[in-house]
Amino acid sequence: MSEILSQLAHYFEYPFVRYAMIVGVLIALCSSLLGVTLVLKRFSFIGDGLSHVAFGALAVASAVGLTNEMIIVLPVTVISAVLLLRTGKNTKIKGDAAIAMISVGALALGYLVMNVFSTSSNVSGDVCSTLFGSTSILTLSRAEVLLCAVLSAVVILIFILFYNKIFAVTFDESFARATGVKAGVYNLLIAVITAVIIVLAMKLVGSLLISALVIFPALSAMRLFKSFKPVVIFSAAISVFCAAAGILISILAGTPVGSTVVAADIAAFGICWTLGAVRGR
Amino acid sequence: MALLTVKNLKLGYEGKTVAEGLNFTVNSGDYLCIVGVNGSGKTTLMKTILHLNPPISGKIETGEGLKSSEIGYLPQQTEIQRDFPASVWEIVLSGNLGHGGLRPFYTKEEKAAAKRNIEKMGITDLTKRCYRELSGGQQQRVLLARALCATSKMLLLDEPVSGLDPTVTAEMYDLIYGLNKEGITVIMISHDIKAALKYATHILQIGKDNFFGTKEEYLKSGAAEQFNEKGEESV
Ligand SMILES: Nc1ncnc2c1ncn2[C@@H]1O[C@H](COP(=O)(O)OP(=O)(O)OP(=O)(O)O)[C@@H](O)[C@H]1O
Ligand SMILES: [Mg+2]
Repeated sequence: MSEILSQLAHYFEYPFVRYAMIVGVLIALCSSLLGVTLVLKRFSFIGDGLSHVAFGALAVASAVGLTNEMIIVLPVTVISAVLLLRTGKNTKIKGDAAIAMISVGALALGYLVMNVFSTSSNVSGDVCSTLFGSTSILTLSRAEVLLCAVLSAVVILIFILFYNKIFAVTFDESFARATGVKAGVYNLLIAVITAVIIVLAMKLVGSLLISALVIFPALSAMRLFKSFKPVVIFSAAISVFCAAAGILISILAGTPVGSTVVAADIAAFGICWTLGAVRGR
Repeated sequence: MALLTVKNLKLGYEGKTVAEGLNFTVNSGDYLCIVGVNGSGKTTLMKTILHLNPPISGKIETGEGLKSSEIGYLPQQTEIQRDFPASVWEIVLSGNLGHGGLRPFYTKEEKAAAKRNIEKMGITDLTKRCYRELSGGQQQRVLLARALCATSKMLLLDEPVSGLDPTVTAEMYDLIYGLNKEGITVIMISHDIKAALKYATHILQIGKDNFFGTKEEYLKSGAAEQFNEKGEESV
């Protein structure tokens, strides 16, 4: 045990490990906060679709040769989020199809662009790391960590300030609207925050695994708790714990960061599911 | 000036008409029952009054200083997410949001109002319970308490007793009648014509021939029998 600890202490002397930890925990916190709302609003797939859009945008950004991809990726993802929410509002089936269309389209075009225009010698390696986030979190610069921390802080602040409205709009949008809550504005806010979180989370787990980060903590919490606030708090806690554990394990065992974090989330969900089943019967 | 005036209103979705030629007024303290067969547009009318659905043509005017955000609303049961993790307290409190503007948290007064309305509905012992684990009648009381947090003037109730057993139905009617006696204007959709005739002051019937008038006028007009033959809803 002490051996593992001293090994960890050794690793934490490297700034990139500390950065990875900070960013990982912040991203996990943000994604789980909004995850509850997304799952309950039946928006889980919007997260998935957006992550593919972000992948496509990233591919274009790197093909153009931008050093800071965020300049393209963030606005494109935010705009897609707004558009997806528009189409998904009234006509459910069309909305589903639109999301599927955009998400698969962006994935295909992104890969195409990467293949055709990439100057890198290891295209499939690049693709793999954007899809699964295999190493990118360990290569964060100080500036990226700072940006990530600021965006996370903004997301958390917005969530706290609008918590009651987000609850009302998620539970019963018609009622909220009828009593003068500007539901459209808050839906938009939710979409924009979701987009920001997804762009951030791409660093941690890669674009294919983001939905896991959004969905699993929320589902775990819902197995065990029955009111909104405890569900949100527990899902944040479990998400942070799994991210930290996943990152530590991946450092010690040399496994890919993203999939280890997701595996930890799945394990946590399994435990919560069992606890819920035991208590429920 | 009446609390609510509806003039030559035509309702529908995306240009498709559901009901038309609606004219009625609601004065402060009235108890209006809306009747009509399934699909005649009762829920649509409520949504139009609440600005959830735009009218095709015609006018809805509010008077006596009633803002459209001051109307409490009890939706038809089918529209609520049944698996939602939320406590009774959280739900009732959320009824206050409409008059809070951008203020992020609830005030002491709002919390007190939520508590008062929970008491009024007789569900104080359920305050911490999970909404989805309550019985249908208990859930309706929770939603009514929430609606009361949103208004002190006018309540719109969409089939508040559907799915409730006769005892609980009677209790629910008594609760609503009590609120009306306290001065809250009530507009209720109901398939229960007997209860409508017992409690309401005015009746609005939507369908092939619309009818609006006081309960007495409604009985005289014979519109009720028509409704019975067509819909057999009143049993
Ligand atoms: N969102 C919608 N889009 C299009 N048409 C709709 C929509 N909602 C309802 N309708 C149609 O409008 C008509 C009126 O529906 P509404 O829900 O107002 O009826 P209702 O009188 O409340 O019936 P019920 O007694 O069954 O509750 C129906 O023919 C219905 O199919
Ligand atoms: Mg209806």
